[in-house]
Amino acid sequence: MRLELRIWRQPRRDADGDFATYHVDASPDMSFLEMLDVLNETLTEAGDDPVAFEHDCREGICGSCSLMINGRAHGPEPGTATCQLHMRKFRDGDVIRIEPWRSAAFPVLKDLVVDRSDFDKIIQAGGYISINTGSAPDANLIPVPKRSADLAMDAAECIGCGACVAQCPNGAAQLFTAAKVSHLALLPQGQAERDQRVLRMVAEMERAFGSCTNYGECEVVCPKGISIEFIARMNRDYLKASLRAGSGRPKGSG
Amino acid sequence: MAVSGIALFGFVLTHMLGNLKLYQGAEKLNAYAEWLREMGSPALPHSGALWLLRAGLIVAVVVHIVCAYQLTRINQKARPVGYKRRATIQATYASRTLRWGGVIILLFVLYHLGHLTFGQLHPDFVAGDVYNNVVVGFSVWWVSALYMVANLALGLHLYHGVWSLFQTLGVAAPRGGDWRRGIAAAFAFVVTVGNLSFPIAVLTGLVG
Ligand code: HEM
Ligand code: FES
Repeated sequence: MRLELRIWRQPRRDADGDFATYHVDASPDMSFLEMLDVLNETLTEAGDDPVAFEHDCREGICGSCSLMINGRAHGPEPGTATCQLHMRKFRDGDVIRIEPWRSAAFPVLKDLVVDRSDFDKIIQAGGYISINTGSAPDANLIPVPKRSADLAMDAAECIGCGACVAQCPNGAAQLFTAAKVSHLALLPQGQAERDQRVLRMVAEMERAFGSCTNYGECEVVCPKGISIEFIARMNRDYLKASLRAGSGRPKGSG
Repeated sequence: MAVSGIALFGFVLTHMLGNLKLYQGAEKLNAYAEWLREMGSPALPHSGALWLLRAGLIVAVVVHIVCAYQLTRINQKARPVGYKRRATIQATYASRTLRWGGVIILLFVLYHLGHLTFGQLHPDFVAGDVYNNVVVGFSVWWVSALYMVANLALGLHLYHGVWSLFQTLGVAAPRGGDWRRGIAAAFAFVVTVGNLSFPIAVLTGLVG
């Protein structure tokens, strides 16, 4: 299949960029990233600068790949990261526009690569448990209700790719933050720092990102299908934590 | 947004329900308007309680608008460079028109105050004769059309607003079985249909 690609090219951070048009011959069995590899080989052979894009695991678990494909984060296939998207989802002769994530918090470093450290800062603000866990405990030593365990696993699926921010018309990071907050808040080990976690993570999120107005675009492009139900959970946790902090009795303030 | 929104929802619902007295005739509707002004007397002066309610309403409106403005600015700054192409996937029409819908409702309220509350924009305003003011007001077809457009905008605003309220205040519902959508739709529907019925009733001669 022959495709026309319109790709954002930008030599470095803070430089001007523009779209460049390329033609590439791909096989329907290739993944989207393999198709870009083919393009880059041709560019390199011709002595041109290859297109910079992020990737690592190429099996949908690391969250590195991050492309806006025809206006949709990770492309047309629901529940799929760019690396797991295959060219059979496109047709011969298609024009494909490829853009980097666009957010004030995610500056473009080069071409399609953005700096997502503001996600790391949200995690640093409270997305951890500071207790000594010791060696692996026996299974079922700490009982966790089935529903909580299932929900915590759903939230923990988040791979931090940033598609939610990229797609959101507000550039809001509520879905990411909610997944991380809820994942720990649903489990017994997360209770000690529960209030402080949600308060700090939300504060950090608000510092760097836009704010949710409930469009719901994030959950449809999430490669892991994280539901905005978690945003409501985070909001509830945040309200409760604020009330307790206001009354001077926050959970796990020590 | 959510807290001031609750106050405003309370207002539009009560306002619509109160206006239903239009169907009971001039006497009942005018008596109701008089009662609104007599509330709290003799402990409070004439219109005293009404002005307290109005003060609350004004605070809610101001808070709602200031928050909406700040939120919009924050969100514009969060994406300084836009996309060449961005698909809209599941965001509802109501959610996407919230900001401009709010502006339309504000302009309508200003007109509406001049029309039916203070009367400067009314062709034949009689203070105290609310029934006459509504019937004469709505018999001008374009005035009725204006009311209907504004109330449709209000319906969309309420639909997204009520649903958002649950989400913001942390009342979760699973994807698929989202009962909050149903409540939001029912609320928006009742208020909108009630309000739309008044100009229609006057134009069709059902009330007059
Ligand atoms: C067809 C629908 C409507 C009708 C027939 C209607 C009718 C009226 C009337 C007759 C008054 C004056 C009452 C009096 O002086 O005692 C009034 C006041 C008012 N209306 Fe409406 N209205 C409608 C829709 C709306 C909507 C949609 C809003 C807001 C979104 C609204 C906001 C107000 C406000 C703020 C006042 C002033 C209340 C006060 O006296 O403090 N109205 N309306
Ligand atoms: S490259 Fe790891 S998720 Fe796509």
